[in-house]
Amino acid sequence: MTGGSSYAEVMARRNEVVLQSIGLDYARYRTGVLAFDYERLLADAGYDLEKVSAIQARTAVGSTPLVELENLTRVVRSVAPPGRGARIFVKDEAANPSGSFKDRRASISVHEARERGSPGVAAATSGNYGAAVASQAAKAGLRCIVVQEAFDSAGISQPEIAEKTRACEAYGAEVVRLSVGPELFYVFLRILEETGFFNASLYSPYSILGIETLGFELAQQTRAQTGRFPDVVVTTHAGGGNVTGTARGLAAAGATSARMVAASVDLSGLHMASDRDFNRKSFTTGHTGFSIPFTTRPDRADVPRSAARALRYMDRFVTVTQGEVFYATQALAELEGMERGPAGNTSLAAALALAREMGTEETLVVQETEYTGAGKHPLAQLALAQRMGVRVERGDPAGSRAGESIVIPERLEQVRVVEVDLERLRRSYVRNALDSTPATARLQEADIAFLAAETRTTADTVQEMIDAHRSETR
Amino acid sequence: MTDRPPERPAGRVERGTWVELHRVILAPGERAPQVPEETQAVPLEMRVKGFLGADAAVGEEAEVVTPAGRRLRGTLDRVLPAYEHGFGPPVPELLRAGTELRAKLGEEGPDR
Repeated sequence: MTGGSSYAEVMARRNEVVLQSIGLDYARYRTGVLAFDYERLLADAGYDLEKVSAIQARTAVGSTPLVELENLTRVVRSVAPPGRGARIFVKDEAANPSGSFKDRRASISVHEARERGSPGVAAATSGNYGAAVASQAAKAGLRCIVVQEAFDSAGISQPEIAEKTRACEAYGAEVVRLSVGPELFYVFLRILEETGFFNASLYSPYSILGIETLGFELAQQTRAQTGRFPDVVVTTHAGGGNVTGTARGLAAAGATSARMVAASVDLSGLHMASDRDFNRKSFTTGHTGFSIPFTTRPDRADVPRSAARALRYMDRFVTVTQGEVFYATQALAELEGMERGPAGNTSLAAALALAREMGTEETLVVQETEYTGAGKHPLAQLALAQRMGVRVERGDPAGSRAGESIVIPERLEQVRVVEVDLERLRRSYVRNALDSTPATARLQEADIAFLAAETRTTADTVQEMIDAHRSETR
Repeated sequence: MTDRPPERPAGRVERGTWVELHRVILAPGERAPQVPEETQAVPLEMRVKGFLGADAAVGEEAEVVTPAGRRLRGTLDRVLPAYEHGFGPPVPELLRAGTELRAKLGEEGPDR
């Protein structure tokens, strides 16, 4: 591929570069003006659950323990109304080789890269996924490049990302660390063009199919330990892959009655492309800065059609505050002897509130943990927060404001969830879908059916949302 | 432990040394149109580590060979760069939260 290297020139050929780097012809799956055949895109990748499981077993990925959190259950019941307080379990995904469920996603991408004879793999990620890709690439004998958004213009690194840099380098990867800005994608595209490496996108079918084993195992382990499938599964939600893959795995196991709750850290008010705000947040993933835009416009990802489509799979979407997640992290360490997270404990914080609403005979499964360590720890995050002028205090977290204060609850009862209105997200999804369609295009029947599947509504409801949007924009 | 050598030594750095390069990828006027003002006002910077391709001094243009085998150019900035992230001081607000929760568990008894 040839052409200029300016931002505008490279971005203008983004589709071409991405297609080449991932080797999927997304145009084949188009079924309407905006509709595409999602199930066929996934099926054509050629990895069923059994095959995924066999590939993952070869690198000790998956088959992680499901741990009952008896002490946490007990303290939750002590503050719940009589007869309330579900049994809480956690899937200890920190037991994966690089310390998080991201190994599941990386394993299939790296396997695919090797099958295709790619000289290496590249990933644009500041999170655990980078370490996962680097770890899998090491095992497969492939070269690896990870591109991170890592530091602000004052040169201050976000400690959690600094730890991911170290982990990736420990696995022999090249780590390109960038300052704040969405132009990370531009740098990533140039690397893909230059190297011809396979794009281990978080949003490819391979990445999502790799997570299905998590949901499948979780369903089977819960049934083995309690005699029934879980009633509620809580998943930390950012780009949508975790919710999507887990829900698909639960369905494959037959656990169709399990309610999927997506949980994110509320970072509203902070701008994700802001050099100033970058180090005023204590969470680099699992937060609303990703989860709201990715839920309402999944194809904003680094592939033309994201395989992570969370709105199709979530029954409920809640937020918690940063202080509540740190509190849950401390509780998990001191009451259960498991030092994990913190970002992966977003779902745990939500679970402490959700379990109070449920009956004592019900089970709630927190779907992941992640490894902890230097930088990737509440102490490191709170030290940075204080350095950046963010207040850290005890109190009612309901009064905290991301970027200004972090409030550690004084009592377990103060850990609460705030509902995200799914109806509003559905309308927003349809609005975004229509806005990305040329004004002259006429929606076909397939498009209406697609939007109904995407929003888990009916053709009639979709038509109402479309009419409402058109009358607003007219 | 002996003292670490300085990350920005005054003399020449030998070829083959593990170093970090710094480079400006986009100057303030070249940033993406959608980024907020405070981000527009600063450059997009890159830092990458590798083995130095030829002898150079800190502050000079240099080339590294990265672990992925790429040859990249930039300004030689740090030699044997340390990982400086850690845990930091204890946070009393969190310590107390843990103690309170354990006390609460104590009231509930050790077993159901």
